[in-house]
Amino acid sequence: MKAPVSWIREYVDLPADVSTEDLAARLTALGLKLEAIEKSGDQITGPLVVGRVLTMEPEPQKNGKTINWCTVDVGEANGTGEPQGIVCGAHNFAPGDLVVVILPGGILPGNFEISARKTYGHLSAGMICSARELGLGEDHDGIIVLPADAGAPGDSAFPVLGLDDEVIEFEINPDRAYALSLRGVAREAALAYGAPYRDPADRAVPAANDQGYPVEIEDPVGCPVFVARTVTGFDPSAPSPDWMVRRITQAGMRPISLAVDVTNYVMLEIGRPIHGYDADKLTGPIRVRRARDGERLTTLDGVDRALSTEDLVVTDDSGIIGLGGVMGGETTEMSATTTSVLVEAAHWDATSMFRTGKRHKLTSEAGKRNERGVDPTVTEAAADRVVELLTTYGGGTADQGVTVVGTPPAQPSIAMAYDLPARVTGMPIDAAVTVTNLEAVGCVLDKGDTGLTATPPPWRPDLTDPFDLVEEVARIVGYDRVPSVLPREAAGRGLTREQRLRRRVGRTLAGAGCVEVISFPFVGDAAFDALGLPADDVLRRTVRLANPLSSEEPSYTTTLLPGLLKAAARNIGRGATGVSLFETGTVAFPVDHGPAPIYGVDRRPSDSELAKLFEAIPEQPLHLGVVLAGERERAGWWGAGREAGWSDAVGLVRRLGTELGVDVEVVSAARMPWHPGRCAQVRVDGVEFGHAGELHPKVCQAFGLPPRSAAVEVDLDFLMRHARDVTPGPDFSTYPLAKEDVALVVDAAVSTADVEAALREGAGDLLESMRLFDLYTGDQVGAGRKSLAFALRFRATDRTLTEEETAAARDAAVALAAERTGAVQRS
Amino acid sequence: MSGPNTDYDPVEVTPLKSEEVDASRDAALAAIAAATDLAALKQVRIDHAGDRSPLALANREIGALPPQARKEAGQRIGQARGAVNQALAARQAVLEVEHEERMLVEETVDVTLPTDRVPTGARHPITTGSELIADIFVAMGWEVAEGPVIEAEWLNFDALNLGPDHPARTMQDTFWTDPPENHLVLRTHTSPVQARTMLTSTPPIYVVCPGRVFRTDEYDATHSPVFHQVEGLAIDEGITMAHLKGTLDHFAASMFGEGINTRFRPSYFPFTEPSAEVDLVCFVCRGAGVLDGASCRTCRGEGWIEWGGCGVVNPRVLTACGIDAERYTGFAFGMGIDRTLMFRQGIEDLRELFEGDIRFTTAFGTEL
Repeated sequence: MKAPVSWIREYVDLPADVSTEDLAARLTALGLKLEAIEKSGDQITGPLVVGRVLTMEPEPQKNGKTINWCTVDVGEANGTGEPQGIVCGAHNFAPGDLVVVILPGGILPGNFEISARKTYGHLSAGMICSARELGLGEDHDGIIVLPADAGAPGDSAFPVLGLDDEVIEFEINPDRAYALSLRGVAREAALAYGAPYRDPADRAVPAANDQGYPVEIEDPVGCPVFVARTVTGFDPSAPSPDWMVRRITQAGMRPISLAVDVTNYVMLEIGRPIHGYDADKLTGPIRVRRARDGERLTTLDGVDRALSTEDLVVTDDSGIIGLGGVMGGETTEMSATTTSVLVEAAHWDATSMFRTGKRHKLTSEAGKRNERGVDPTVTEAAADRVVELLTTYGGGTADQGVTVVGTPPAQPSIAMAYDLPARVTGMPIDAAVTVTNLEAVGCVLDKGDTGLTATPPPWRPDLTDPFDLVEEVARIVGYDRVPSVLPREAAGRGLTREQRLRRRVGRTLAGAGCVEVISFPFVGDAAFDALGLPADDVLRRTVRLANPLSSEEPSYTTTLLPGLLKAAARNIGRGATGVSLFETGTVAFPVDHGPAPIYGVDRRPSDSELAKLFEAIPEQPLHLGVVLAGERERAGWWGAGREAGWSDAVGLVRRLGTELGVDVEVVSAARMPWHPGRCAQVRVDGVEFGHAGELHPKVCQAFGLPPRSAAVEVDLDFLMRHARDVTPGPDFSTYPLAKEDVALVVDAAVSTADVEAALREGAGDLLESMRLFDLYTGDQVGAGRKSLAFALRFRATDRTLTEEETAAARDAAVALAAERTGAVQRS
Repeated sequence: MSGPNTDYDPVEVTPLKSEEVDASRDAALAAIAAATDLAALKQVRIDHAGDRSPLALANREIGALPPQARKEAGQRIGQARGAVNQALAARQAVLEVEHEERMLVEETVDVTLPTDRVPTGARHPITTGSELIADIFVAMGWEVAEGPVIEAEWLNFDALNLGPDHPARTMQDTFWTDPPENHLVLRTHTSPVQARTMLTSTPPIYVVCPGRVFRTDEYDATHSPVFHQVEGLAIDEGITMAHLKGTLDHFAASMFGEGINTRFRPSYFPFTEPSAEVDLVCFVCRGAGVLDGASCRTCRGEGWIEWGGCGVVNPRVLTACGIDAERYTGFAFGMGIDRTLMFRQGIEDLRELFEGDIRFTTAFGTEL
């Protein structure tokens, strides 16, 4: 909402020395938030002065144009007092007229610098200005001719043209729709300064009679009040007065024609949207009803619309002529030939307005006000004001007939205890302050001993609850007076186990050189295809969005990998030689428990109702994804670097397992998007919770990643559920260590984990630790075989082991490995 | 080797002559003094104090002397060998010190060589920023509550007094899952977590809810369809706006430094009444609007930074969530984590948070 300060001052007697900044700050403190302060003449630099045309000589030119060589009295503004010679192309003026002159050195909007220049054989020292050149409107039929009493030659033209008028732009919250009018803004200004206020809607209006245009309301809920007035003999070519054009422009609307400008002006002034019909195009009585199935209307914007049975329509005998309160129809639109105007000022149900606007995607200044709630009691005043302005500036006469159908809905009563404002705000607000402030916003109060009953003013449909009244009282007392007090100390239990574990996971990965990223969780078939997922892959069953950002990515993601792989490729593309990224984020899988219920809000849903609600929500586990691409260790003076590979990926999962105290099992698996021979499934107690390994070469190619890039994706919720709660203190022996190394030859297909498990089991309790220290394939073990060399470390808790004991344990380990995996000890 | 000379047969044993012993000793001492490194000294030790050194050989001959001569010869040899060993030890000590000093010099490296063999990791500032905020509230005894991002419409809207016709519920603002009749949305704020907390626990409630939220905004330098919020909720007996102010002042001071507090401006949110916008004293110019003679860039010269929204929990919300609105009052607040980080860390373009460029994230390390 843009409110010119001079217009605000028309309704409220603000002290003269109140600055625009102070006014804006006080209104902001009351809840009308300052967006910007504009000055119409901001882009103009003087000297811009009033001039009187002394002489004008028409001089026809070779190009067919006729220019006027003028002398203009600009008083002392040019420093000499001599008439100023100016060439002017317009013809809508005569000697003796007062005009607006910009002298050399001035700047017009668009950074147009004015200088004395030679043109059409004269030295033209300045310019006689049109409204458009000054940024005051579209009118370019000629230059501005000022009223004879506008001022004397040489006076500054800024005040004359309202160019020094300041305009405050406010952001109006939805509960303060009354402030979408000067009437409302001025009321708040009066409140801010305790200044006298004149309500522009407070005017004597002619009484309703039965000679007006016939109107019938079939739906008094949708349209409680309908006022119709008629003006006949109107001159459609009459221009809007300059002051009206200026104010409409300052308020951010476009002047169009007198009839349209007047309806917009009154809407800005009083807040009530007005619709004008070409009365000659109306046939029969006006009726207001809901649309019927299958009905259509072509609205003013030329769009043919299928109507809903919830839409409120205005009809005459010809059918539907308007979408009530939202937009008129083409058939009764006012035009350049309209001489009879039917003025409609109706009150519409805000919810219906909102739904119709939303359904037809129609937003307008009128709709904005109607859907937020307009004062239902100002329809007659608004219609009368329109009639007054139309007849004053467009000629014609007001019909005697005044149609008023319906009555404004009654205001609610709100009971509130006197101490509620203090109890809610913590400010020492007593009953007297409460009463004063509620009356200041227009409430009518019925005062009891311990509380009051308030009837809010009709322009405040937002006031329905006691707490709404508290806000009114508090904002006038001033939010800056709310004390700062800490609540009592809460007995919190700190972070939850899961929250602590999540931090630990993040720190572990960062400690391992991985950089965390956050990606948008949207996905589409292209990403699934790039990951090489088969058509029936479970990851392709997604929660789809009804209105995705992009039709290419219509779903909430089931995997973190697309976002990670794209981020990795972006880094490589920007010159990184290696990148290790991780992300923890939720993914979503659909559940099939039907729609989520919508319950009432007058009570808490029952436990079983809540359970049904929670059940309908898609499964959203927290996943961890990692991508390792390119250089994992850098080359340097220490030697060669190392590319990331499958073992880095598997290693990170193992490292997390160790950190969280979870025994992670690794088994080989084949799952896209991983390389079928280099993919590990990771499990806890035999239950899979994700995969790690080298990416399939096609996937690296599809995402533009270096060959052999590796990735991890695991269900982090699952891993954290298995995290050790309490770590038992380790029990270890200080007796001497006995070392035994064994090298076992097995088939290449035998997994190291199986050999290790057999050795461990066979070695028994004396085995303290075991580690694979070498892997060999080659001639010495033969094709299709591999040699695994393990370092076994034995130690007893109660004695020094003898050589025989150690050897026996080793032999038992080897024997079991031989039995389970066909391992042969290498000699 | 000579056996004991049992039969007295005085023999002159040349090596045991006093002048011979002195000569051997002097030769040894000279050699020791001449040894310039540990290897040379080792050879000197072999030559002059080893088993085959003149003094060792002489010592063997003592047995061949008549008993009455043995004592004197023994003393002479013993003294000579003692002097040699002492000199050896002394020289050894000196040479060892010299050796060590030389070694330390020789082993000098260029410690300015790079050491970044394994690249550094980092956590995302949104993560660490959320943790920082959570820690501030946990220190006040609050707890951190979380919830799903795909949320029931009723929890995201209805329960929070955003009725069926609230403008925020349109497709222009909210991501709906398909089909919309399933009444599931991508949460537009973290407020449904507050609703869940109220629905599933009893007051006193003091929770802070950081999390990811979604709006169908255009993606540009200051808007993102995916962003992060932190909201707080306190429900207790006797809670007022003053407690809200106290909590936010404490939060502001913890996050931005002592003396940085907040101001309230009236505003509108369906879930709170009265409602307020929260502004923060600019922590860069400390409210002056001017810094080093120029307009402060962080607050654009206003001295205040818009931080978020807050208010007293609307009793309608308490009722829908099963809290006795006669007995309890509450306050709630919310602010953007991304936006808070943008002005706290001076991040110019919001999109940097979501691009995954490691140069951006590593700048923040693992904690904010």
